[in-house]
Amino acid sequence: MTACSSPTDENEQIGLSDLTAALGERFRSEVSPIQAERGYVLTLSLIQPGSLPSLCRFLFWDLGCQFGGMIAEELSGYWQLHYTFLLPGSGWIDVLLSLPIETTTVPSIVAEVNAVDWHEREVEDLFGIRFEKHPRLGDFVLHDQIWHEGIEPMRKSFPVNRPQLERKLDLEWQPSLIVGDPGSFAMPVGPVYAGGLGESVHFLLETVGEDVIRAVPRLFYNYRAVEKLAEGRSVSDVLLLAERFAATSAFAHSLAFCQAAEKIHTVEAPPRAAILRVLICELERLRHHAGAIAAICESTAFGVSTAHASIIEEELLRASCVLTGHRYLFGLNIPGGLSRDFESGECERLLLSVDKAGKDLRILESRLRYSSSFLDRLEDVGVIGIDSARYLNLVGPIGRASAQHCDLRKACPYSGYEGYAFDVPCEKEGDGYARLRVLFAEATQSARLIHQAIDALKPGAVRVPCDGSPAGAALGWAEAPRGAALHWLRLDEKGLVERYHAITPSFSNWHGFHEAAEDFAFQDFPIILATFGLSATECDR
Amino acid sequence: MSFWFWHGLRSGIQTTHYPRRAEAALGVSPGCPINTEFKSDDEAQAAAAICPVDAIIAHGKSAFVDLGKCVHCQRCRLSIPSPMHWDAGYEWSRLPAGQTESMTLPSAFSRSMHVMVVDAGDCGACLHEVKQLNNPLYNMHRLGFFFTATPRTADLLLVVGPVSENMRGPLLKTWEAMPTTRRVMAVGSCAITGGVFGHSFMCAGGVGSVLSVDFEVPGNPPPPLAILHGLLVVTGRKSVVNTELVSERRS
Repeated sequence: MTACSSPTDENEQIGLSDLTAALGERFRSEVSPIQAERGYVLTLSLIQPGSLPSLCRFLFWDLGCQFGGMIAEELSGYWQLHYTFLLPGSGWIDVLLSLPIETTTVPSIVAEVNAVDWHEREVEDLFGIRFEKHPRLGDFVLHDQIWHEGIEPMRKSFPVNRPQLERKLDLEWQPSLIVGDPGSFAMPVGPVYAGGLGESVHFLLETVGEDVIRAVPRLFYNYRAVEKLAEGRSVSDVLLLAERFAATSAFAHSLAFCQAAEKIHTVEAPPRAAILRVLICELERLRHHAGAIAAICESTAFGVSTAHASIIEEELLRASCVLTGHRYLFGLNIPGGLSRDFESGECERLLLSVDKAGKDLRILESRLRYSSSFLDRLEDVGVIGIDSARYLNLVGPIGRASAQHCDLRKACPYSGYEGYAFDVPCEKEGDGYARLRVLFAEATQSARLIHQAIDALKPGAVRVPCDGSPAGAALGWAEAPRGAALHWLRLDEKGLVERYHAITPSFSNWHGFHEAAEDFAFQDFPIILATFGLSATECDR
Repeated sequence: MSFWFWHGLRSGIQTTHYPRRAEAALGVSPGCPINTEFKSDDEAQAAAAICPVDAIIAHGKSAFVDLGKCVHCQRCRLSIPSPMHWDAGYEWSRLPAGQTESMTLPSAFSRSMHVMVVDAGDCGACLHEVKQLNNPLYNMHRLGFFFTATPRTADLLLVVGPVSENMRGPLLKTWEAMPTTRRVMAVGSCAITGGVFGHSFMCAGGVGSVLSVDFEVPGNPPPPLAILHGLLVVTGRKSVVNTELVSERRS
C-alpha cells in the first residue's frame, strides 16, 4: 500500500495565478474571469458558446483539472450552464455559459471531456436542451417505454404535482443494442434481482457466449425527482431530502448541502461543530467501507468472511446509533452546525467501538490476503487502467484504485480537514483486489482521523444561527464514502430554494462502470459490481 | 485456510435471542416518538409545529404521533425546549389504516416463509436494514424466513421505497408473478406514506396506492429487529401493536 504523492509535486503544482495568466494568453477575447464567488475560486464567463469545447479541453487535459460536473439552471429569461472543474490545491473553477431562454442547442463537450456524457444526457432529458454532436441522447432519466418525448420536468413551467396522466406502456419498446450481430444475444439483469438484494438498476449484457462484450447499465429506476421536489421549499425541508436520497452516505450529502447553505448565508460552523462533522463523516466512511467489504466477500460466495465483515458493519451501525440517536446519522447536520452536542464520555465510548472495528478489519484483511480461492476471483478482474480512469474521470475509492488520487479532503479541504494528518491510499492495478485494498486502507485512515478529531475537541458552541433570507447561490462539497459529492444550491429573496442540484459519486462512477465489466466472463459480473460498490439510488436522486 | 474455522469458533454465537428474549444491546433501534402528555397546550403545539411531515398532531395538552409518517429527523427531541417522549423499542409493525383483521398467512407458512424484496425507489437505508437480517447477528434463517430468488416461490412481497414511476411496472409484474397466497408488506415510512418524497409526478406516495398492502412496518428506516417483528407478525407468531389510538386520530 502506498500513499500517493499529490498529482503534481509542490513545485510543479499549477497555482491560480498561473492559470489566469495561461487563460489570458489563449482565451483573452473569449472569457471574462471573475474571482472567488459562490464557493468557486474562479468563474470564467464565456462570451461565445463556440469556444466552450476548446476551453474545457484546455482545463481538463492541458492543466490536469478534475471534472466536477455540470449544473444547468433555468433562471428568469436565460439559461445558465456551469461546467465545474477542480484545480487541485486551489479550488473549483466554474466555466459559465449564459444563453437566452430560446436556445435549444448547445455544443457538446463529450469529445473533449468524456465524463460530461451523462450530465448532458440528464440535462437533455429533464430540460430539453439538445447537445450538438452528442452520440447518444434520450432514454436516460425518463425511460422511453413509460414517458413520452417532450416532457421536460425540470422546466419551471412543469408543476411538480401535475396529476398522473394515464400513460400506456409502449410494449414495442426495445433497448438499442450495440453489438447486434448474428449469434450475439443480450442478457437482461435487474431491476428486480433474483436472490441478491440489490438496488434497482438494470443491465443489458451483450455477449456471443462466455464473455460480456458490452455492458450497458440503465439507471434512474429510483428517480424520485428530489431536485424538482426541492424547488420552492425552505432550506430545512430540503435538508431532509438531501439527507434521504442516499441514506448510506446521508451525512456526507447533508454536510455538502449545509455547507452550500452556510456559504449563501455567509456563516461558518463553529470550530467544535467542524471537528464533530469530521468525526461523524469518518465514522460514516468507516461503516460504509465495512459494508462494502462485506458485499465483496458475499459476491464471491465466501460465507465466513461475509459474516465477519457484516458483524463489524452492524456493530458500527449500533455505535452510530448510540452516539447520535440514528443508525444512519439522520438529523444531525443543520445549516450553521450540528443539531446536538456530544459529551466526552460518549466520544470515548465511540472510540472503543472504532478501535474494535479497526482491529477486526485488520484481522479480516490479513486472513483474506492468504485466502487464495478468494483472491483468484478478484485479481485481474474488472480492470480499469490508469489512462481509462483519467479519461472517465473516476472518483473516490474506485478512482484511487486506478491511481486517481483526487480526494476532496486534500484537494479542496472543507470543515478543517487541512488540519489533520492522514494519507490518501492509492493503488495502480485498478482491478478488484486493488479496490478492496483501498477500502481497507481508507478504513484505517478513517479510524486515525476519528482519534485526531476527538483529541482536538474543545468546548464551545456547536451551532450558529443561520437565518435571514439572503438570495444567492453556492456550491458545497464533501468527499462522501464513494467519492466527490457536489451540491449546488440557489435561494431566492424569500430564502426558498430556487434550484438544487446534487452531483453524486455514484453518478460519476456508474458512467465508467462498463469499462470494468466488458471483456470479462459472466460469472465475474457480480464480483465486479460488488467491487465497484455503487449505489443506484445515490445516482438517481 | 483453517484459520477461518478457528476464527469462526472463537467468535462464538453472537445471534440475538429475539423473539425469545428482548434484545438488550445498545443501538439496535433508534427508537421512535410516542404520544406525549405535555404541561401546556403551547408545548404540544410546538411539538406539532416542529415536525416537518405532520406526523405529530396536537390535541389540547397531548401530542399524538402517526409513526407511519415519522421520518426520524429527531427535531421533536433535539430542537424544542420540551421534547417528545421517545420509546426505545422496535416492535412497531401494524395494519394499514382502516384494516381491522390481520391477514396472517396460514399456519403452514409459520416456519417457512419466502420473501421477495423489491426496491421501489428506496433511499438505500430500508434495503440495507433488510439486508442486515441475513447477517449472523439477526440470522432470520433460524426462524424459517428466507429471501427468495424468484417471485414464483415467494409468499411475501416486501416493498421498500415510495414507488417511483419507473419502478411501478417492475413492482406490479413481480406481484403478478407470485402465487396467490401472497401478502404485501410495506417497510419504512416512504413505503407507507411516501415519506419525504410524498406524492408527485414521479412518486406514487406509498405502496398502498399501487397494491393492496397487508402489513406495515413504520420507521425511517425501521431497524432490522422491527422488520423481523413484521415478518413474525405476517406468520402469526407475534401480534400487531395497538394502533387504535393512531387510527382514531387519523380518521
